[in-house]
Amino acid sequence: MSAHADAAVGRPGARQGAVALTAVALMLAAALGLQSRREQRFPAGGTGSTSPLLYLTSGDAASRVALSLRPLMADIYWIRAIQHYGDTRLSKDPGKQYSALYPLLDLATSLDPHFTIAYRFGAIFLAEPFPDGPGRVDQAIALLNKGLAADPARWQYAQDAGFVYYWWLQDYKTASEWFRRASEIAGAPWWLRSMAATTSVQGGDRKTSRILWMQLFDTSDDEWVKTSARLKLAQLDGLDEIDRLATLVQQYEQIAHRFPGTWEALRALGLIGAVPTDPGGEPYVLDARAPGGVTVARTSKLYPLPAQFVRKAGPPR
Amino acid sequence: MMRTISLIAYHVFKESVRDKVLYNLVLFALLMIGASYLVGQLTAGQDIKIIKDLGLAASGVFGLFIAVFIGVGLVWKEVDKRSVYNLLVKPLGRPQFIAGKFIGLALTLLANLAVMAAAVYLVLAVMGWSQPALARGAQVEAPVIDPNLLKAFALIYVQLLVVTAIALFFSTFSSPMLSAALTFGLYVVGHFNADLAHFENVVKSPLAAGVARGLYYLLPNLAPFDVKAAVVHGLPVPAEYIILTAGYGLLYAAALLAAAMLIFSRRDFK
Repeated sequence: MSAHADAAVGRPGARQGAVALTAVALMLAAALGLQSRREQRFPAGGTGSTSPLLYLTSGDAASRVALSLRPLMADIYWIRAIQHYGDTRLSKDPGKQYSALYPLLDLATSLDPHFTIAYRFGAIFLAEPFPDGPGRVDQAIALLNKGLAADPARWQYAQDAGFVYYWWLQDYKTASEWFRRASEIAGAPWWLRSMAATTSVQGGDRKTSRILWMQLFDTSDDEWVKTSARLKLAQLDGLDEIDRLATLVQQYEQIAHRFPGTWEALRALGLIGAVPTDPGGEPYVLDARAPGGVTVARTSKLYPLPAQFVRKAGPPR
Repeated sequence: MMRTISLIAYHVFKESVRDKVLYNLVLFALLMIGASYLVGQLTAGQDIKIIKDLGLAASGVFGLFIAVFIGVGLVWKEVDKRSVYNLLVKPLGRPQFIAGKFIGLALTLLANLAVMAAAVYLVLAVMGWSQPALARGAQVEAPVIDPNLLKAFALIYVQLLVVTAIALFFSTFSSPMLSAALTFGLYVVGHFNADLAHFENVVKSPLAAGVARGLYYLLPNLAPFDVKAAVVHGLPVPAEYIILTAGYGLLYAAALLAAAMLIFSRRDFK
């Protein structure tokens, strides 16, 4: 249709169309400018809300309001939980708080009571000590208990509860009871029974810890959980290596009758080939005060080593 | 008679296509494709679950809007444009007119839902193929390409038929705005309906409890149609449950349709 014909039926011509488009673009740009200015002036939103992450705090209320969209809302709260955990973990603010983490996980699991990952990895996030997590082992156990109440056949929740007691609380008796409880649920793997027995008799050991972290690593697609598991496995490898190096330090002491000040001293005696480095790539540190005389550098990714296993690296000097 | 009904149904279907209702499918496809990319960045390995949740939820919501907004205008539009006079002077019964309108919209919804289900399966197939590790993790609960999702789609469809019948029922005697408000209202009430069944536990008055129980049977009970969470988590949804729930939905829709036919038959257009 020609421009004349367009005008005849009241349609805008090319020129009017271009003017309208420019006006739309200008108004949008102005609106974005105002929004940007508002965000700079009121970064917290200016509403006075202390928790911008939560619209609802009651899981029951959320379930009601969601109607038939409960699983999708659960996903949204799960994503928010991950974002809250990630943002807070990366924050350099010494006063940072993971205050919304449990409520978000509680909401996600109330909206979708079978949300396995929210229980399992939520518990890991909650148990992680400050500053990498809130260090709320009680909330981690509460979440896993909630999962077991919703799905009693899910032996993984009982295993995870045992894991929380095992790793974070070093309460091996309770951990062993949880592993036993998990092993008694139909479909649980056979090794849980032996893990219950081992934990009960020996308490914490690196082999059991390695199995637990490996299991967590293999079953998780969450990068935070994988990174955490990778670090813990590297720490366990580092502790094994410290054991080996402690033996060499002991050999050096038998020969030289003194503590080696540097790795060079051990190399001079042919005990090592090169300066040993931890799985994070940082050289190990010779420290006469450390058990076995060897530890990781304070700058190492592995620092601090899990206290419950450090003593096994060698006798205190 | 069947030919007349199918002719009206065909015209409703054609009209909805002409009204660009099927554009929502393009929106749905874009939503699914966009979401499949975005959730990968956000959700820490829950991509498959979230795509299933989103696909089922969006199918329900898109279907709900079509059912309500087209449903409330089906009869009203004909009356408003006065085209109903031309129709009703033909050898066409008023009940046939209502049945044809309902079937036409039911077909539109079926076509929509079928395409949306296909889009969900397609996105899941692509995700499963492009991210095998993710698919392995997700398969602990349910297969990535899970035929059981069809159970959820089937019940969503029956629920949409109930909503369509409600919308059509209201449209026989009220304006589109009011009909839409009432239909949405009943949709919400339908999800809280189960609370009315046990009202005697919270009230002392036997009369109030009796009224509540009466409303429980009268109002649509829509919550049982929601098996989305169960199928996504690989929990069993027995065939008997589907048959009983779908049967209830179809009978309820039929009852509403009969009521709509009755009201429309008695309506005076002079």
